[in-house]
Amino acid sequence: MSKYSNITFHGFRRENGRVGVRNHVLILPVDDISNAACEAVANNVKGTLAIPHAYGRLQFGEDLELHFRTMIGTGSNPNVHSVVVIGIEPGWTKRIADGIRKTGKEVAEFSIEQNGDFETIRRASWAAKDFVHKATEVQREECSISELWVSTKCGESDTTTGLGSCPTVGNMYDKLLPEGITGFFGETSEITGAEHICKTRAINEEVGERWYKMWKAYQDDVIFAHQTDDLSDSQPTKGNIEGGLTTIEEKALGNLEKIGRTSQYIDILEPAEMPNSGNGLYFMDSSSAAAECVTLMAAGGAVIHTFPTGQGNVVGNPIVPVIKITANPRTVRTMSEHVDVDVSGILRREMTIDEAGDELIDMIRRTANGRNTAAEALGHREFSMTKLYRSA
Amino acid sequence: MSQIPHLLVHEHADNVGVVVVEGLTAGTEMLVCVTHDNSTFTLTAKADVPIGHKVALKDLKAGDTAMKYGEDIGKIIADIGQGEHVHTHNCKTKRW
Repeated sequence: MSKYSNITFHGFRRENGRVGVRNHVLILPVDDISNAACEAVANNVKGTLAIPHAYGRLQFGEDLELHFRTMIGTGSNPNVHSVVVIGIEPGWTKRIADGIRKTGKEVAEFSIEQNGDFETIRRASWAAKDFVHKATEVQREECSISELWVSTKCGESDTTTGLGSCPTVGNMYDKLLPEGITGFFGETSEITGAEHICKTRAINEEVGERWYKMWKAYQDDVIFAHQTDDLSDSQPTKGNIEGGLTTIEEKALGNLEKIGRTSQYIDILEPAEMPNSGNGLYFMDSSSAAAECVTLMAAGGAVIHTFPTGQGNVVGNPIVPVIKITANPRTVRTMSEHVDVDVSGILRREMTIDEAGDELIDMIRRTANGRNTAAEALGHREFSMTKLYRSA
Repeated sequence: MSQIPHLLVHEHADNVGVVVVEGLTAGTEMLVCVTHDNSTFTLTAKADVPIGHKVALKDLKAGDTAMKYGEDIGKIIADIGQGEHVHTHNCKTKRW
């Protein structure tokens, strides 16, 4: 037993046993051309949330599978109470609705062809209103910290993230993974320069080898296949460089501080894939772009995201609260409305990493209990799907 | 630590450190802290360096390796004097 073993929070227990920390009624478009109907339903019925996006037509192969996985995973996330799915035609609409139904939650599906937007919106609005009544009667109940699924990804990093905010997340994982939480990290391209260390942080050699193959495939198949320069201004970004990061190696070593000193990953996930190997830390093959990565991890089932930032990335997510942590005193001074956990004391040597980790754990507990994050209060709901290649 | 450091260094093997105060000017006698064990030393800044940017802890030559976290973070591509600014103008990735 540690001092973290007895931490509890009040969450929403779902039909499949998973625990959510939010209680959204989601209006989910299957494809880009169903966005308008979804937004109309969300406008009709207060307390619902539409998440418009750009894709879903003429995708094929692995890219189509990723689309379905992201849609089904998002609807299946325990932060979602119930889902209205709207697509242009019934086939793919049903596939996504049935995928979400496997969690046991209520799903209503509608397709627009042979109905038009008006009739679809009318019928979907009735279903959405019914779901809102049900969702608002669900009570939070006491849950163990071990039932939380917590993801991480940093953004607009600078040298202070490697010194302060990333080690803070790492300290949290070192303390909470032994208590049985499920964790996610990723950002495949952004481990470049620290891959020799990341490989050794796997639970065993076999997992480490699989991780390395996945990392190497991105280097060979994407970066070396498409690069026109050394990626400077893209990875590291212009914001990273403004913040003092010079190379991808430097950025990667700071990034990897997010898995702390002792945490080991137990398996590797495809983008948006749900963990299937029990409690522990998972590496998700994912983009290092903030909104894409948070979206993929939310689809994988994370219910809280911890987001270290240096220069001040403002990203949020529609269904998962994103907790911002910064160690940069200038960012605290100029952008405090975006900061949930200020760990700039680490740079002044007034705060230890251990103390910062405890502050983050407390903010995770409060966020799980319902405290809105800065990103939620400011309406940041970036939902960005990852696309692997051009549609047919 | 009674005084707030100007520069943080991760490991003793590093040859660059990070400015952690705003408005650092050339000539400042910097208090440097190695976070690995909180040991300190002083170093004179030779340039105005923004918060978050790096300073050379010793003279570096083109072709040297920049070290931070005790690891290789890239190649030095122009000579850099101790206390000077280290960034994209004199340090590059070895990867892409």
